[in-house]
Amino acid sequence: YTYTYIFYNLVFFIFLQLGLHSVEGVWPLPQSITSSPERYPLNPQAFYFTYGSQSAAQEGCSVLDEAFKRYFSLIFPDYSSGRFYSEVKFLKCKNEVRFKVLLNLNVVVVHTGLETFSQLVYQEDFGSYYVNKTEIKDFPRFQFRGILLDTSRHYLPVQAILKTLDAMAFSKFNVFHWHIVDDPSFPYQSRTFPDLSAKGAFHPMTHIYTQSDVGRVISFARMRGIRVLPEFDSPGHTQSWGKGQSDLLTPCYSGSSPSGTFGPVNPILPSTYKFMATLFKEVSSVFPDSYIHLGGDEVNFSCWKSNPDVRAFMLKMGFGADFTKLEAYYMENIVNITVALNRTSIVWQDVFDYHERIPKDTVLHIWKGLPASYAAELSAITKAGYRVLLAAPWYINHISYGQDWRNYYTVQPLNFSGTEEQKKLVIGGEVCMWGEYVDATNLTPRLWPRASAAAERLWSDEKQTSDVDKAFPRLQDFRCELLRRGIQAEPLFVGHCKHEYQGV
Amino acid sequence: MLKFVSLLLALSFCQGLQHNNIDDYVEAEPVFEASKYGSLWPLPQKVQISEVSFKLTSSTAVFISCFYIYLFKSLHIIYICDPSDLSELQVWITSPDSECDGYPSVTSDESYELTVNQPVAVLKAPKVWGALHGRIYSIYFLSIINDFPRFQHRGILLDSSRHFLPIKVILANLETMAMNKFNVFHWHIVDDQSFPYLSRTFPQLSEQGAYHPYTHVYTPADVKMVIEFARLRGIRVIPEFDTPGHTQSWGKGQKDLLTPCYSGSKPSGSFGPVNPILNTTYDFMAQFFTEISTVFPDGYVHLGGDEVDFTCWKSNPDIQKFMEQQHFGDDYRKLESFYIQKLLDIVTSTKKGYLIWQEVFDNGVKLKPDTVVHVWIGGGSDKEMSSVTAAGYTTILSAPWYLDYISYGQDWQKYYKVEPLNFEGTDEQKKLVIGGEACLWGEYVDATNLTPRLWPRASAVAERLWSAKDVTDIGDAFNRLSLHRCRMVERGIPAEPLFSSYCPHEYKGV
Repeated sequence: YTYTYIFYNLVFFIFLQLGLHSVEGVWPLPQSITSSPERYPLNPQAFYFTYGSQSAAQEGCSVLDEAFKRYFSLIFPDYSSGRFYSEVKFLKCKNEVRFKVLLNLNVVVVHTGLETFSQLVYQEDFGSYYVNKTEIKDFPRFQFRGILLDTSRHYLPVQAILKTLDAMAFSKFNVFHWHIVDDPSFPYQSRTFPDLSAKGAFHPMTHIYTQSDVGRVISFARMRGIRVLPEFDSPGHTQSWGKGQSDLLTPCYSGSSPSGTFGPVNPILPSTYKFMATLFKEVSSVFPDSYIHLGGDEVNFSCWKSNPDVRAFMLKMGFGADFTKLEAYYMENIVNITVALNRTSIVWQDVFDYHERIPKDTVLHIWKGLPASYAAELSAITKAGYRVLLAAPWYINHISYGQDWRNYYTVQPLNFSGTEEQKKLVIGGEVCMWGEYVDATNLTPRLWPRASAAAERLWSDEKQTSDVDKAFPRLQDFRCELLRRGIQAEPLFVGHCKHEYQGV
Repeated sequence: MLKFVSLLLALSFCQGLQHNNIDDYVEAEPVFEASKYGSLWPLPQKVQISEVSFKLTSSTAVFISCFYIYLFKSLHIIYICDPSDLSELQVWITSPDSECDGYPSVTSDESYELTVNQPVAVLKAPKVWGALHGRIYSIYFLSIINDFPRFQHRGILLDSSRHFLPIKVILANLETMAMNKFNVFHWHIVDDQSFPYLSRTFPQLSEQGAYHPYTHVYTPADVKMVIEFARLRGIRVIPEFDTPGHTQSWGKGQKDLLTPCYSGSKPSGSFGPVNPILNTTYDFMAQFFTEISTVFPDGYVHLGGDEVDFTCWKSNPDIQKFMEQQHFGDDYRKLESFYIQKLLDIVTSTKKGYLIWQEVFDNGVKLKPDTVVHVWIGGGSDKEMSSVTAAGYTTILSAPWYLDYISYGQDWQKYYKVEPLNFEGTDEQKKLVIGGEACLWGEYVDATNLTPRLWPRASAVAERLWSAKDVTDIGDAFNRLSLHRCRMVERGIPAEPLFSSYCPHEYKGV
C-alpha cells in the first residue's frame, strides 16, 4: 500500500501535577510547543496507551499496536528489561496519564506523535519517570524526509539496514531511499533474473538480499512509518548488471574491434527494453511504494561513442553527435515503462539538465553543487513545473574534521528565486550516505547524529530553528538519548553521556 | 602429502571459505588484485614465499611456557584448498632470558625467524616479544621470514579525557594494535575536560574532576588490567599527565593547584595553567608522580608541556612579582621552563625517563640527555626533526599522523607515504629517531566511532614504522591492506573499508 502524505495537526494533552523540567530534549523541534514546569510522575506499572473512543483506528491496527509496544520499552527502559521499580517513590495519581489519539489523524501521524511523546518523558536521578504538562501542535514542514543508503559499493547486512530504520524513526525521517545496486555489485536477488545477483553480487550467497530480506525491510519500515523507495539506476552505474545479463551493456570498441569492456546499458536494442520492462514489473510488485527511483545520473558517453552500432543508430534517429539525445531516448522509454506500471518516477537532476521529455509528475532529485548552483537548479526545475527533492547539501558521506553537523543544519531549502507556487514544488530532501567508504563497521556513527541535523531542517519551522548555537545543546542531549536507545551515534564535541556506548 | 597449489590467488580467497569451489572464486571478480605477499601486514623485512602450502589442523600445537594460553587462544585456523597437514608449530626462545615475566621496553628485541616446512614449523626468537610477532604470521603460509622492526617505538595515542573511553574499547584496540605490531600505548589519560584517573593519593582529583566519579573513572584495577593486557601483547603503556597547560580538570579536586586569573586587580573566577610559583604545587607533583611511578611499570612517562597559554599567568600579580624576583623580565617561557625543570627533576627522582612535547624543547628548557622529544606540530616538522636531533635528543614523530583529522577519501595513503627520516641531518642524527605515534585526539571521538576511525588508517602507520624504508608500493599496499582489514573485521574489530569492496565475512556487530 502507499503512504501519500498529507498535512495534519497533532494535538495531545497531558494532565499532570507538580515539578520542574525543560523540554529541550525534543528533536526535531515541534512546530509549536508550550510546556509548563508542572510535571507528573508516570508509573510504568500503570501507564498505558489507548485508542480514543472516536478514533478511526482501534486495537488491531498493526502499526499502532506494534508502536505502542515499542515505545513503551523506549519510554520505560528499566521496566522493559524486566526489573521492577519497587524502590522508587511515586505519588499516587488520581488521573491516569493517557495518550489520546484524536480524530482526523492518520496512522503515520500518530506514530511521529508517539516519538515526540517518548522524548518528553524523562527520568529523575532517583529513577522516577516524569512528563511535563505540554501542548504540542506539530506537523512536518516537508513531506519527503529521506535517507539514502548505498548497498552496492559495500554490502550492508540486513541488521544494519534495520538499525538505520529504527534510528530514522527517532528523527522522524520517513523515506528510506534504497540505492540497492550500482557498478560494483548487484545484491538484489531477482525472482525473474536470478543470474543478476548470482553473477553480479560480491558473493552469490552471503552478499545478497533475498525476497524475504527485502520483505522484512519493507515491513520493518512500514511499522515505523517509513516508505521504502527503491532505486535501480540506469543507464549508467550498471557494470554489475552486465555480469548476469549479457548483451545488456554496450560493448565498448577500441578502434574497429570490441575492447572487452562494457559501458552503460545499450539503448539501441529492443531486448534492453524488454528486459527492463520485466525487471521493473517485478520491482513494482516487490516494492509497494507508488514511487520508483530510476537514477539516470553520470552517464559516460565515451563507450557509446566508440560503438559503431550505436553511432549508426544515432544517425538513423537524427540525433547527430548529441549523445544527450540518446540518453533522453533511453530514459524516456524507461519512464514510460514505469508509468505503465502505475508508478511515479524520481530521477536525478541530470535527466532534467539534458532536457529529457518526462511526465509532469516526475520528481527531480538535485544532487550537484554548492548553494549557488543548487539554488539555480531549484529555480529552473520548479519554474518548469516539476516537483523537486534536495540532496546536494546533505551528502554526509563527505566527512571532514570538526562540527560539520552545523553545515547540514543551516541549509535553507527554499532560499532560491521563485514564486510561492514554485516553492511549493519542493517536496523535501534527502540525506545521502554513499557507500564508497562506508559499510556496517562505520555506518551508524557516520550517519548519526549528523543526519539528525538535516532532520530538523526538514521537519521544523525554519525561523524557530535558525540559531545553530541554540540547537547544539539540544542535539547533544538528543545524541545521548540515541545512545540510550542503542544507536551508536558519535559525539558532536567534548562531553559525556550518562550511559556511554559499551561496545567496541 | 605435499600438493602444489598453482595460484596464490586461490589461496587468499580460500581463507575462511570452506565449502566453495575454486572455480566460483575465480569468477567472483575481486576489486583488488592479489599481492605476491598475500595479506602480510606489516610487510616483514625479509620474506620468501614458496608455492607449497599447508593446512593447519585444530591439533596444531604451540609450545611455550608462559603466554601459553594467550597464544593458543589467538591462533586462528585457516582452511585452504590443499589437504597437507602441518601439525606442529614449535616456538624456541633462543636467548637465556626470555623476559617472559617482564615488561616490554624501548630496547626490547622484537626480532624473530619463522620457517614453515612440513611437518613442523619453527618460530625462533631471542625474546618472547619476537615470538608474539611471529605468532601472528604463522597463520600465513610462508616459507621463511626473518623479521625485525625498523623503528623501536611504534605507538598509538588515545585520549580518554575529552571523552571517557570504557575499558572494553581500550582493550579491543590493544588487541588490534598487536595485530598491527604497534608496541606502545600512549595513554593521554587526563586533560582540561575531565580527570578520569582515580588516584590513590589524591582521590578527589577524579571525584571532582571526572565526568562522573563512578561511571567515568579508571580505578586502580582498571589500570592494572590495561597494563597486563598490553604486556601480554608486547605493548608498553606510557601514561601522559600533561602539565602545566591542559589541566583545567585537575583544579576541581586540587584547590590552589591552578593559577587564579585576574581581571584587573581582582580574581576573575577562572583559572589557568598550573601555578608555578607555589611550593605546594611541587609538593603535590612529587607525591602524585611518586604514585604514578609505582602504578605504571614502564621506564618512561609522558609529561606533556604543550600549548601553555601565558595570558592567565600574565594577569596574576603574584606571578608578576615572581617574574621580577627571578629576573625573567617579560619572557614567560622562562617561567614555563622554571616549572618544567623542577617537574623533570621530580620525575627523575622517581627513576623514570620522560617524553615531552616539542614546545618544551623549542622553549629552551634544560633536558636530560635521554629525554624523548615528541614532534607534533604540522608544517615544518622536518625542520623540527633536524633541530631536535641536531641537539642530540631522541625523538618520535607524530606530526603527519594526526588521525583525528578525518577527510573524505583514501587518506590512509598519505599516512603511508610519510618517510620519517626525510629531513636534513647526518646518519647519527637519523639514528636518534626511534619511531612515531599515530594520534587519535578525542574531541570528536569516543567508543561509538573510535575503532573504525583508527583502523585500518593506523595500519598504514604501522607498516611505515615496522617495514623497510623501500616498502613504498602503494598499489601492493592496497592489496595487502584490504585483506588485512578483512582479517581485523573477521576478528570482530570494526575496521572501516578502504574502498568499494567486500569481505567474505562482514562485520557482525551493528
